[in-house]
Amino acid sequence: MTGHHHERPTPARLSPGDVLRVGAAGLRARPTRVILSALGIAIGIATMIAVIGISASSREQLLRQLDRLGTNLLTVAPGRTMFGEDAKLPVGALAMVQRIRPVRTAAATGGVEATVRRNNHIPDTVTGGIAVQAASTELLATLEGTVVKGAWLNAATARLPAVVLGSVAADSLGLARTGVQVWMGGRWFTVIGILGPMPLAPEIERSALVGFPAAEELLGFDGYPTTIYERSSDAAVESVRDALPRTVNPRNPEEVTVSRPSDALAAKAAATGAFTNLLLGLGAVALLVGGVGVANTMVISVLERRREIGLRRSLGATRGQVRVQFLAESLLLSALGGLVGAVLGALATTAYALSRDWPPVVPPWALGGAVAATLVIGTAAGLYPAMRAARLSPTVALATT
Amino acid sequence: MTAPPPAPHGIVELRAVTKTYPGQVHALRGVDLTIARGDLLAIVGPSGSGKSTMLHMIGTLDRPTSGTVRVAGYDVATLTDRELSALRSRQLGFVFQHFHLAPGVSALDNVADGLLYSGTGRRARRERAAAALERVGLGHRLRHRPSELSGGEQQRVALARAVAGDPPLLLADEPTGNLDSGAGAGVLSLLADLHASGTTIAIITHDAEIAGWCARQVRLRDGLIVDGHDHDHPSPVELLRGARR
Repeated sequence: MTGHHHERPTPARLSPGDVLRVGAAGLRARPTRVILSALGIAIGIATMIAVIGISASSREQLLRQLDRLGTNLLTVAPGRTMFGEDAKLPVGALAMVQRIRPVRTAAATGGVEATVRRNNHIPDTVTGGIAVQAASTELLATLEGTVVKGAWLNAATARLPAVVLGSVAADSLGLARTGVQVWMGGRWFTVIGILGPMPLAPEIERSALVGFPAAEELLGFDGYPTTIYERSSDAAVESVRDALPRTVNPRNPEEVTVSRPSDALAAKAAATGAFTNLLLGLGAVALLVGGVGVANTMVISVLERRREIGLRRSLGATRGQVRVQFLAESLLLSALGGLVGAVLGALATTAYALSRDWPPVVPPWALGGAVAATLVIGTAAGLYPAMRAARLSPTVALATT
Repeated sequence: MTAPPPAPHGIVELRAVTKTYPGQVHALRGVDLTIARGDLLAIVGPSGSGKSTMLHMIGTLDRPTSGTVRVAGYDVATLTDRELSALRSRQLGFVFQHFHLAPGVSALDNVADGLLYSGTGRRARRERAAAALERVGLGHRLRHRPSELSGGEQQRVALARAVAGDPPLLLADEPTGNLDSGAGAGVLSLLADLHASGTTIAIITHDAEIAGWCARQVRLRDGLIVDGHDHDHPSPVELLRGARR
């Protein structure tokens, strides 16, 4: 009779704390290798976080700019006639737009066939991409633009040979101060002002602006406006948009094009994420390489630590407990890399955003994704080595010298 | 209190045990052996005699090709790998020739780690580890790392790890094989003390002198027991005490 044992022996469970401690002890024993293989994961995670963070920061910047600039600016331009020719806006269009009730402010520009040059020795054909335009005096207020140097046109200067340069135009003429003369349409004009950037009207940035009366008198301008800018209350934008073609050209409303410049900015904000897919792919490849590095480290670790595995089995570790130990080690190694990578990625995002004057944004979902990715990688990289460790026979493991 | 009926069998019983490794290597060729509770046994033989295989059988680290192995009343063949692991964690302590201590880990934590799979909490593990190190005379070396200890001290740490959980059976595989004679005598004297306090000990060795210190010897040759007799000496403890004088 051998029945004095009623129970079969059951292994004790390792507490989660013990699993982590055993995994961490394995890493502590080989710090250099741990740092190097965690670095692979860190680079991958940092790349992805930085790519996502920088594009999120850039989008945030655009959205804030949009917020600041407002979405209530509409532009009116001539379209085409039904015969396919360029249409013209009526000379009185601006006055009609100003009479639409919700319109708070409106202004017009008209293209002038002239060039602007620093002096009369530069040939006509060199325009520097600068358009000469007649501008009504309300333009600056309507665009909510700023004057960096000098002054904007007023009723008096609008009649004189005085010109205000857009920011880009001033740059390409190499002008940073007012009071100098430029050669326009066969005579000298005095630069009386330089404008700041106008994100909603980049065409103004590239223009040399003179008053309507001066343009007509000195540059042979025909008086037809080519663009009308108007701002209304936010709520009325859609109704104004509908009313504009009929108001501007009651006989041929279809020859009028109305657009909202902020739409372009909004589209840009929406598109900011798209081009990052390629960079994200690059980050994913780096991450994959990092994962292979971790797997490699773990395989070598299992080979080197056969005696330890044998000893643990002799102490009563089950196969499952050996497997869990190496899996924990791989997970910790990968998580360490992920943590360092997330910090590096966030720092890179912040540094880049601040250097561009953007608000730094690291989306929480990106950090969550990074954590999830490192857990997946740690498990995938550790699974095979851990199974090998668990399969190792204790006698073979102990025989290793 | 009703005492359990005295076990009719020894703590270890091998019946007609054979072990054949791939390539027709017959490491054991029909071994019968009973280790009674309280034994101090030497398993002696030249290299290649099957000593290590015997250790693996008794230590439940491997299963026999044929025959029966019982440890602490359990038939090894009926237990799963998990259950064998549990059996080892409760019934067996191992001491190896090469100590197998984790480098860079203190003596205390090396010993405490030996209790990791016994279901003991961390605090209790460390307390029992400290007690075990005290018992092997290393109470003043708890924080030392293996590299800061002599070979004899390292083997005493390994011994403390093996006995920290008070296993009824201690298996020692060439425990003095890597030690000079002075350090070896120290380790043997500790084994004798453990035996005196009730632990069953089996020492696997090729050293006849160490075998001579044991009350009982089993000689192995070519996978068979060629001689198993009880020693004439009354007690190994007295023997060692005599040797010290």
